[in-house]
Amino acid sequence: MEYLILLFSEIYKILYVLIPVLVSVAMIVWLDRRIWAFVQKRRGPNVVGPFGLFQTLADALKYIFKEIIIPASSNKIIFILAPIVTMTLALIAWAVIPFSEDYVLADINVGILYIFAISSLGVYGIIMGGWASNSKYPFLGSIRSAAQMVSYEVSIGVIIINVLLCVGSLNLSDIVLAQEKIWFVIPLFPMFVIFFISSLAETNRPPFDLPEAEAELVAGYQTEYSGMMYAMFWLGEYANILLMCALGSILFFGGWLAPIDTPLFEMVPPPAWLIFKILFLFVLFALIKAIVPRYRYDQLMRLGWKVFLPFSLIWVVLTSGYLLYFDLLPVY
Amino acid sequence: MNIFRIFKTVFLIDFLTGLWIAIKELFKPKKTLNYPFEKGKISPRYRGEHALRRYPNGEERCIACKLCEAVCPAQAITIESTAREDGSRKTTRYDIDMLKCIYCGLCEESCPVDAIVQGPNFEFATHTREELYYNKEKLLENGDRWENVLAANIKADNPYR
Repeated sequence: MEYLILLFSEIYKILYVLIPVLVSVAMIVWLDRRIWAFVQKRRGPNVVGPFGLFQTLADALKYIFKEIIIPASSNKIIFILAPIVTMTLALIAWAVIPFSEDYVLADINVGILYIFAISSLGVYGIIMGGWASNSKYPFLGSIRSAAQMVSYEVSIGVIIINVLLCVGSLNLSDIVLAQEKIWFVIPLFPMFVIFFISSLAETNRPPFDLPEAEAELVAGYQTEYSGMMYAMFWLGEYANILLMCALGSILFFGGWLAPIDTPLFEMVPPPAWLIFKILFLFVLFALIKAIVPRYRYDQLMRLGWKVFLPFSLIWVVLTSGYLLYFDLLPVY
Repeated sequence: MNIFRIFKTVFLIDFLTGLWIAIKELFKPKKTLNYPFEKGKISPRYRGEHALRRYPNGEERCIACKLCEAVCPAQAITIESTAREDGSRKTTRYDIDMLKCIYCGLCEESCPVDAIVQGPNFEFATHTREELYYNKEKLLENGDRWENVLAANIKADNPYR
């Protein structure tokens, strides 16, 4: 009995995080399309519901009723598994995101490592999808995607080391609390810029959307997918984008903390600050999608390995040297 | 690479300029129409859905001269005619295969009595092919429905004919 109560309370807690995330993924797809349209002076989806807010729900409903086509020559088990893996990995990473001091599903000590591991695993969903389709375009798309995600994860890892040097803990709540005096975006601004660009590459967003470059690869690893399986890829992708925005706001923008410690700002509940920061970063994501052309593949690799990696490594040396010289290293 | 270009690359100047332009464009008025709710202006010569017109006393205009049938490059029109009791020649059948039609407007141009015309309606998509094989009743019904617009369009275009 006690076990059951524990189980249900845990499920309740999971749903308490998962449902807001899923709903906000739906809303964020709408926001993305809307901003994209506005920059191009179009109107975007504005018919379904107020301002077209329910467009994504309508789309999802459409996908549910569509036939799932499984290519005859595909590896069926892996083909079906791929979108499930993508979606699951995009969602389970939310377990460690702290929405406020006590509103976090799993307050584990290696939160940042956990997120890093999960987002690295994300590449498996794409590779499985591309390989199991047994078709040229998905295969090329997934290979590109794997190379791209692996390259940019390296620099993201080094950037995270920068933040961890200033914090002295891998716990995400500790990282947020360490920013009470000053958000890390100010002392580590170049690192934030690189983190942001790397997260664009990590989530396959323009200008790094090579895996699904529609001019060359039709739709990359998603080419053979249809119906609900395609929708799951698509939801997983946006959940990942949202996760990257959340990670960016936790690492650099002080998570749930208010910008200035004033009574007026304290009236706003802490999760609202996090949501506001995530939205800010996402709007930047969406604007960038509208303004940049796609990178060439060798440029992408050059940027990742020859520019970002050395630069962030140098910055690690600078940060640790600075902290050591002024005796500011955190003690835990 | 000169110094200026390195500066521009390192500080992402081009990118920031683009971002600033995008933010400015975000708030400018939209260029596209809110289509199902507002529609663009259509010229009086617009070649849309076909219609057969009537005289004000209700008599059909078509005299079954078959000029439109002859001129139709897609051979979409089929006409059969007979002499009526009062001696006038009228159609018994006037079919247009809207799927064959290429909307060139030659039928309208060839018609000596302004009977077959192409109206401003372009929203006549259907679920089945059969619904697009128009017969005389459908065309006359279109004519009755759009008569005001059709007459106004012919009048507006009159100086150029």
